[in-house]
Amino acid sequence: MLSVELRTRIGALDLDVALDVPAGRCLALAGPSGAGKTTVLRAIAGLLRPDAGRIDCGGATWLDTAGGVALAPELRGCGYLFQDYALFGHLSAWRNVAYGLHELPRRERRPRALELLASFGIGERLAGKRPAQLSGGERQRVALARALGPRPRLLLLDEPLSALDARTRAGAGRELARLLRALEVPAVLVTHDFGEAALLGDEVAVLDGGRIVQRGTAARLAAAPASGFVADFTGAAVLTGRVNERHGDSGLTVIALDGGGVVSATDAGEGDVAVSVHPWEVTIEPAASAAGGSAHNRLEAEVVSVTEIGNRVRVGLALPQPFTAEVTRASVERLGLAPGARVVAVWKAAATRVTPR
Amino acid sequence: MAGAAAQGAGAPGGVGGALRRAWFPALLGIALTATVLFLTLPIVAIFVDSGPGRLLDALGDPSSRDALRLSLVTTTIAMAVVVVVGTPAAYLLATRRFRGRELVVTLVELPLVLPPAVAGIGLLAALGPRGLLGGALEDAGIRLVLETAGVVVALVFVSAPFFLRAAQTAFAAVDPRWHEASRTLGASEARTFVRIAVPAALPGLAAGLALAWGRALGEFGATLMFAGSFRGITQTVPLAIYDRFATDFDGALALSAVLVAVSAGLLLSVKLIARDALR
Repeated sequence: MLSVELRTRIGALDLDVALDVPAGRCLALAGPSGAGKTTVLRAIAGLLRPDAGRIDCGGATWLDTAGGVALAPELRGCGYLFQDYALFGHLSAWRNVAYGLHELPRRERRPRALELLASFGIGERLAGKRPAQLSGGERQRVALARALGPRPRLLLLDEPLSALDARTRAGAGRELARLLRALEVPAVLVTHDFGEAALLGDEVAVLDGGRIVQRGTAARLAAAPASGFVADFTGAAVLTGRVNERHGDSGLTVIALDGGGVVSATDAGEGDVAVSVHPWEVTIEPAASAAGGSAHNRLEAEVVSVTEIGNRVRVGLALPQPFTAEVTRASVERLGLAPGARVVAVWKAAATRVTPR
Repeated sequence: MAGAAAQGAGAPGGVGGALRRAWFPALLGIALTATVLFLTLPIVAIFVDSGPGRLLDALGDPSSRDALRLSLVTTTIAMAVVVVVGTPAAYLLATRRFRGRELVVTLVELPLVLPPAVAGIGLLAALGPRGLLGGALEDAGIRLVLETAGVVVALVFVSAPFFLRAAQTAFAAVDPRWHEASRTLGASEARTFVRIAVPAALPGLAAGLALAWGRALGEFGATLMFAGSFRGITQTVPLAIYDRFATDFDGALALSAVLVAVSAGLLLSVKLIARDALR
């Protein structure tokens, strides 16, 4: 069990974070760059001393600014996977791993390092190479073996996939997810990518401007974002508007969008709000199509862009607010979607989230 | 080049255009040629004038051997002092930010711009019999002036800044996250310094050592003023060369050739050892 409470100022950022992670669970700390994610990791590892706070891990107190406790990083036993791995460039892969095994007798370090590397798919031939001679994926696995070799009490991962190219990333992500599920100690992972957070974290905490704005499972964050920022971060299309009225009989909230258009939602809301909907909830119909039930939002839109991603097609729309729909390739062909085409975007009121801005 | 010339011929100006384009690379080439010629000419002349036979004669002369032995012993001790004290000092300067850091950096570089005569006077004023610390040294039974130990002090003073500068640059170039990674892997600051920072900075440290050693081998002015020129005690090779210069030019020439050969050999071996250590 890891429990962290810290407050510190880093430049213009005022960081104030409290989080706890049970053993065997992985918390993904997600947010845009500059939100303070890496600062939290560095403070937990002891590489940075916060102005105030307390960190306990596995029954030991690592930091207690009120009580004057600040354990040195080498005494905390954190496995730390750095963003671009920070492998020692002058040492071969196995020596990088053996470096952390200094509690073993000297002659046992090499066999143990090779064994660890082998469990990460790095054979003896690659183990003798320097980091500069390894590929990105190989470097990541060497760094993981190095971080986990000394049996850490906590694993910290800073953007573990960002240094990999797109082809390597999917496979490495699945491998890492499996490793994190098998891990018996708490883990904290930092990422700016919601998909990565959802894949690797048991829970996701969204960090914005130095504060955790929402925490929950990735599915819960996507289904019920606490703010327009979180909705946007989970990949929803976010519109801004103002609540007009709440119908007593239908129970729908009616929102006038900034720049024109009206949508209704089953969520309650007041004043200035953010309205969000996941792109795959949105369908596209021809401009002259017949109106559906009142439980559907129907907004006239102009197609701005059509981008094929795998078997789905992402359609950029202007409501006039920018908006996104995800449809099949068949509907693109059926509707003749191309930039400049006039269409109607349709989605259910029940799929519409209303949150504070 | 031919393509560029052909284009030049087609362009307005013809041959004149090509000339106008070629003058700058030509100027660079002339400047480099002049530099290399000027800087190597004296060294070439020393070997051409002395010849291999005279070189061996110079080594056979007992006073030359004394000077060479003294130079090797004093520079080796001086380099040991410079490396043992200078390496951690440079590490501190390179890896920490503290108030007055810039001032400290400037102070340790000051001997670089000091004329050797001024360095000698300064050492006398500080450590001589009537110097600042002269009384304290005398009470402790330490005599430096006109002693071999004084030569070592003078060599450390003039050569340390060369090593410190290079070592600082080398440590500053080591990825700071390697320090952090080392700490999270259970290594203390001291272990990180020994096992990560020094090996990673080794090529730069070796280059600094080679520079400092070369400077120490050639040291003349400060040694002469602070330690004097007594054969077998303080007369290093440069002092022995100067001693002979008036009476035995050929002998001075041969000894110079020996010094050049020894310096070049040291420079080369320090660099090679550092390169092999990284393998």
